Amino acid sequence: MFFDHFNYWVFVILLMIGLYTVISRSNLVKKMIGLSMFQIAVFLFYITIGKVEGGTAPILLDKPDVVYSNPLPHVLILTAIVVGVATTALGLSLIARIKETFGTIDEEEILEQEDKS
Amino acid sequence: MSELMTHAPVLAVLIPLLGAPLCALTRGTTIPWFFTTILSALSFYVSLQLLFHVSANGPVSYELGGWAPPWGIEYVADPLSCFVMLVISGISTGVLLYAKESIAAEVSSSRLGLFFAAYLLALAGMMGITVTGDAFNIFVFMEIMSLSSYVLIAMGEKNDRRALTAAFQYLVIGTIGATFILIGVGFLYLMTGTLNIADIANQFDSISETRPARAAVGFLVVGIAIKLAMFPFHIWLPNAYSYAPNIVTAFFAGTATKVSVYLLIRFIFTIFGVDFSFGTLPLTELLLPLGVIAFLSMSLVAIFQNNLKRLLAFSSVAQLGYMTVGIALASETGLTASILHIFNHAIVKTGLFLSVGAMFFVTGSIYLKDLAGIGQRMPMTSFSFVLGGLALIGVPLTPGFISKWYLLQAVLERGDMIGYGLAVGMLISSLFAVIYVWRIVELAYFKPSPEGAPSGDAPYSLLLPIWLFILVSFYFGIETSLSAGFAEQAAKFLMGAP
Repeated sequence: MFFDHFNYWVFVILLMIGLYTVISRSNLVKKMIGLSMFQIAVFLFYITIGKVEGGTAPILLDKPDVVYSNPLPHVLILTAIVVGVATTALGLSLIARIKETFGTIDEEEILEQEDKS
Repeated sequence: MSELMTHAPVLAVLIPLLGAPLCALTRGTTIPWFFTTILSALSFYVSLQLLFHVSANGPVSYELGGWAPPWGIEYVADPLSCFVMLVISGISTGVLLYAKESIAAEVSSSRLGLFFAAYLLALAGMMGITVTGDAFNIFVFMEIMSLSSYVLIAMGEKNDRRALTAAFQYLVIGTIGATFILIGVGFLYLMTGTLNIADIANQFDSISETRPARAAVGFLVVGIAIKLAMFPFHIWLPNAYSYAPNIVTAFFAGTATKVSVYLLIRFIFTIFGVDFSFGTLPLTELLLPLGVIAFLSMSLVAIFQNNLKRLLAFSSVAQLGYMTVGIALASETGLTASILHIFNHAIVKTGLFLSVGAMFFVTGSIYLKDLAGIGQRMPMTSFSFVLGGLALIGVPLTPGFISKWYLLQAVLERGDMIGYGLAVGMLISSLFAVIYVWRIVELAYFKPSPEGAPSGDAPYSLLLPIWLFILVSFYFGIETSLSAGFAEQAAKFLMGAP
């Protein structure tokens, strides 16, 4: 059961670790790390669904009866990777601005400051 | 249909998308704004033409790059997507008419080129989500919209540094929502081998009993609910709306969450199908209570706010609750009410946020304590706010009444205790709305102004667009055949589609 769907299990575990990190950490950078893991788990999921058993890389061969892996999910996930990088970059630059204005990147300390103002 | 109009579905998205990088290169205060307004107006014109064309001749399909669906990406302009596109581009253009002076006071002029580039990208993303017929494309456009909206919200930092944390909070929650949608689309692709929405819809019946298909429904509904700010996922919305620059709040209040409502309708009715969503799966039992809790609790919370933008933001979550209820009723009347409320609420809420923006422009504050006596100081602005507030309550002759009337008919159509309960709930929520609107009226007209408070009404460049929104909203409150007609047509199309 576990090894039959090894990649899918890893996908689920990574996804949950990422989500838990986002929820449980108050350090904003750690939150971003968790968010990245959460997204990367989905990349793994897409790459896995493109795999065809016994299939080779999807480059056209001049032989009969060749089984190819499905290249489409891989192409899709390239787009999602770009989106993920953009999200991480934007998130980190927001954290940098937060550090400049609040002087801290700890969520609870920021909330304390916000309540005062 | 003219040569240009054959490309209308893609033009409505391409105009703002290609304009954004050009806009980023412009400098100064006038040129970026002018450029953006022209592009948004063009996009609005194209959507208007498209709506009339589709309404007369039926849905239009556009093959990107000439690749036939299901292999290529297809853009589909059907009655629902045209209607939502019209709302989005119309609101965007109206807000831009207002934007020039308002935004110049809130964002430093060296950044305006980039600001409006992000604005155009957000517009392109929303238009793209609405018109695309490809499930993965929805995710891509959603991220274009979301990433630029995080930037736009963070731009409010000059007035209130909490804009930064609000943007970050929205980024985390929004990304989780979008990733859920991505997982859902992945499951659908896994089972059907296609990303084309019409193609998935055709095959959905044969896979609906499988576990991945059920998982897909779960991930998609939750993902969209997060983006929609459906109770209990609304936590990001009040912060984001309160601290964003005023025109950004006005723009998003009318469009961003409405796009998610559109997506929810699209997935539930077009892809999953009515029978599966509400028959096999208990989506009514799931969405109905959430919608009811949303409009009851959020209207109540709105009463206790002392920040005007935050008050309106909570009221937005409540209104989204009405739309959710309309969808959950799974009837043609309910769907009509929901689609109509997208339209009516977009106009009203944008008008209200613009009027708050004008108050901020003059007084420099959106806190209720600083706005006492605003009725004497800014009579035109305050009166527009009061009229908008009446529409929020749902007083007859306002558009709020029209959509609530449709929703009331839809809940009474059920004819059971739940239906009557819903009607009572709507009434209570409207009473809460009376209270929170009255709080502002009382403050504006019956309280003395604080000493040394700035007085004098907003300039005409701000007043005219506000009154444009208010008058248009009243027009659609009295003459409903146009808006309700298109909403009914869209609902019929969705319920009739296989």
